[in-house]
Amino acid sequence: MLTSFIQPEFKVEIDRDKCIKCGRCVQQCGWGVYSFAERPIPDDSKCRACHRCVTYCPAHCITIKRNELVFRDSENWSPALRKAVWRQSESGGVMLTSMGNDKPYQRIFDYLVLDACQVTNPSIDPLREPMELKTFIGRKPDSVEVESDGEGGYRLAPGAGMENNIELATPIMFGGMSYGSVSLNVHKSLAMAASRLGITMNTGEGGLHADLYPYTDNVIVQCASGRFGVDADYLNRGVAIEIKVGQGAKPGIGGHLPGEKINKEVSTTRMIPQGTDAISPAPHHDIYSIEDLRQLIYSLKEASGYKPVGVKIACVHNVAAIASGVVRAGADYVYLDGFKGGTGAAPQIIRDHVGIPIEIAIAVVDQRLRDEGIRNQASIIAAGSIRSSADMAKAIALGADAVAIGSAALIALGCHVCQSCHTGCCSWGITTQKPELTRRLDPEWGAERLTNLVHAWSHELQEILGALGVNAVESLRGSRERLRAIGLDASTCEILGVKPAGM
Amino acid sequence: MTTPMRPAYSQESPFKIHGGCGLVGICDESGTRFSGSVAIEAMAVQHDRGNGLGGGFAGYGIYPEFPDHFAFHMMYHDLQAKEEAEKLFDEYFQVDLAEPMPTRPVKGITDAPLLWRYFLQPYPAKLELSELTPEDYVVHVVMLINSTIDGAFVASSGKNMGAFKGVGYPEQIGHYFLLEEYEGHTWVGHNRFPTNTPGWWGGAHPFTLLDWSIVHNGEISSYGINSRYLEQFGYKCTLGTDTEVAAYLFDLLLRRHKLPLALACKALASPLWEEIDRMGPEEAALMTSLRAVYGPALLNGPFAIVLGFNGGMVALNDRIKLRPLVAARKGSVLCVASEESAIRQIISAPDAVWAPKAGEPVIARIKGMDWPIHGDLHLAPSEISCAVTGVEASCEIVEVA
Ligand code: SF4
Ligand code: SF4
Repeated sequence: MLTSFIQPEFKVEIDRDKCIKCGRCVQQCGWGVYSFAERPIPDDSKCRACHRCVTYCPAHCITIKRNELVFRDSENWSPALRKAVWRQSESGGVMLTSMGNDKPYQRIFDYLVLDACQVTNPSIDPLREPMELKTFIGRKPDSVEVESDGEGGYRLAPGAGMENNIELATPIMFGGMSYGSVSLNVHKSLAMAASRLGITMNTGEGGLHADLYPYTDNVIVQCASGRFGVDADYLNRGVAIEIKVGQGAKPGIGGHLPGEKINKEVSTTRMIPQGTDAISPAPHHDIYSIEDLRQLIYSLKEASGYKPVGVKIACVHNVAAIASGVVRAGADYVYLDGFKGGTGAAPQIIRDHVGIPIEIAIAVVDQRLRDEGIRNQASIIAAGSIRSSADMAKAIALGADAVAIGSAALIALGCHVCQSCHTGCCSWGITTQKPELTRRLDPEWGAERLTNLVHAWSHELQEILGALGVNAVESLRGSRERLRAIGLDASTCEILGVKPAGM
Repeated sequence: MTTPMRPAYSQESPFKIHGGCGLVGICDESGTRFSGSVAIEAMAVQHDRGNGLGGGFAGYGIYPEFPDHFAFHMMYHDLQAKEEAEKLFDEYFQVDLAEPMPTRPVKGITDAPLLWRYFLQPYPAKLELSELTPEDYVVHVVMLINSTIDGAFVASSGKNMGAFKGVGYPEQIGHYFLLEEYEGHTWVGHNRFPTNTPGWWGGAHPFTLLDWSIVHNGEISSYGINSRYLEQFGYKCTLGTDTEVAAYLFDLLLRRHKLPLALACKALASPLWEEIDRMGPEEAALMTSLRAVYGPALLNGPFAIVLGFNGGMVALNDRIKLRPLVAARKGSVLCVASEESAIRQIISAPDAVWAPKAGEPVIARIKGMDWPIHGDLHLAPSEISCAVTGVEASCEIVEVA
């Protein structure tokens, strides 16, 4: 009996004239595409198009092509849907996938354009003038109270002024990605880069490995429904604590790290036995309503000497009201994760069909918090997915205090968005725990690439600010007047608070 | 079937107005009052900084006979607007005097709206019921008129002060309003170069709220976030101008958040982070909090601003000084202007002339006047001086037949 109707998605072609039969492709592929019998022989059905072999082939003789099988046209039954039905009728299971939603939903960022100065107000040259990006994440008082210092000047009144905030040199953070879903070398790269850049990395829900202790001034520790790796020391190590309620790629869904990824190191860091599955329940079992969240926020604050506590939520229909509740519950920041956000593993049906875009979420949350007069009580962090400094600038103009990047950071480390992280065989050594793969990523090299990326985006943001004629990022933040929409429908424009171009 | 549109207060929005300008601010810190003709002369010298589409002045201490009344200077497009506004006044205030603004015909000044002034006091019972301070009560009525009565515009609403403005060159406007007959201890003046032509008198500067008056040369590139920030506190930025935003921000920081003037200026034109890094820990903590809390209030972009109030004035440049501002002192008189020529025109041989640094406020404070002084200004009542000084030379006055 034929086991599968599904044909390979890609074709691996090797130019036999050029191939020097070195066998490097065999060694590089994480998915075992190649066997070697005098020459490399690819098995197309295993290829994920991750380009590891292509990148490392010394003869540049490998090409990966789409397997252009022609199906009888049907707008209704796309080849992907037919394959999905075949796959599920073979396995009877939930289809897993990874990275972010890849469906062709409208990408609102791409329909927004930024303003620039001409004649009546000068633009500012960021190469000559200061162009300030420093950002504080956390609760701010309604106003600043001062008292006389007795010498004709002023000082903060006792107890007045800004509370414990996270200081960022540029409005970019690394989003939460757990050790376990990514390798320790990825975590090290992120932590080293964050500390060089004056920003933060986020542990994700998998605990904090001891190798990262030197960088904890730049680490946000996450507390998720599985409570992996959480104890008093952990809570006190970072600059802030983040309660993860949801993730943009899989709102309402928990996590499952299979036992084979729980090696000794992961097991120690997560504080669970080696080889057992690490299951994060869908809800926190101590949060069934907003007042429960408040209790957890304040328990964590108590346990950590009142560090900032943020809450990460997935962007869903009612996100504005949820965020308002989260802020009123005492969160110092709300981390909004849009429906295009990445994941190490998620049911495809959830990833592709649940949640709302980050652009909409930023707009409605920022406006709601302003309407309620509590915008200063918490910062908004936007993620899922921020793909460039332009996305970042637009997110900030819509109302975000900072953006968080996850996928972009992994892409900097070599990820080719092959959407196969859930297999645990990442050829780039990123989302795997196999030692022969993880050692491919040198943390020093990784940190340098991440540092470069964030520097590059920051410079680009400075260029944008200069063109806008402002010299501090706070003057762009929430300034939707500097955005215009091209080709967005009227109700979307209204929700975004952005005028159409020409107005 | 088309009736001519009545200009709404919000007419100038949703288009943000761009433009350059000239400005002047003069304050005699001894409290000595002097004629508005001085401000006219200073503006006449800066004629070329405007294009005849807006000019105006504000004077302080000009109504010594009504020191405790809120003086409302009103502009009406038609009688209906006047009726509607006066109905509102009757509802909220005891009207102790209502009269047309004294004006004289001046060549080049056309299409003036109906100009009236009122001296008002909140009904005590109504004020108490509202649970507002008298100032907030007045702000409420100002916002109500400007946002709900089309064709009515509050040009100014403070005590013992008033704004005189319109479409024209400032020297024309000054003569139109007979400013030489008023005496004040502080005057600010403005010349406008708008790049659109609203032709609505309400759009001219100074912009005022309560005692605050603002004249402004520049372009506030952070307008979008400044106005959204203000909305949180109930201000409606319906005019769409930078000046309106600046006035409301000063009102918020000084009156409602009770920041000292010097610190309010630091919030609006904040020191750079690298400067803060060099400060001592106490000052750095204060400045860091100011910046983090008032980031949305930071006025970013090129500007020079003069804020007048009952008790003095403050002039402020943006944090990297992208617009001109010159200051001078002679004895108790402090003067700021866009051009030094304006200062030299009205002050011969000043003691000192300097260019204020970016973000460093120049502050003039009238001796003996507490500050902020809303509601507690008491100058000795005296007649409005009718001394006409030699200002005829600077613009053509049409003789009334
Ligand atoms: S890596 Fe390239 S050259 Fe080496 S065996 Fe594979 S295809 Fe041939
Ligand atoms: S991390 Fe690795 S497996 Fe996941 S998408 Fe990127 S390259 Fe593929």
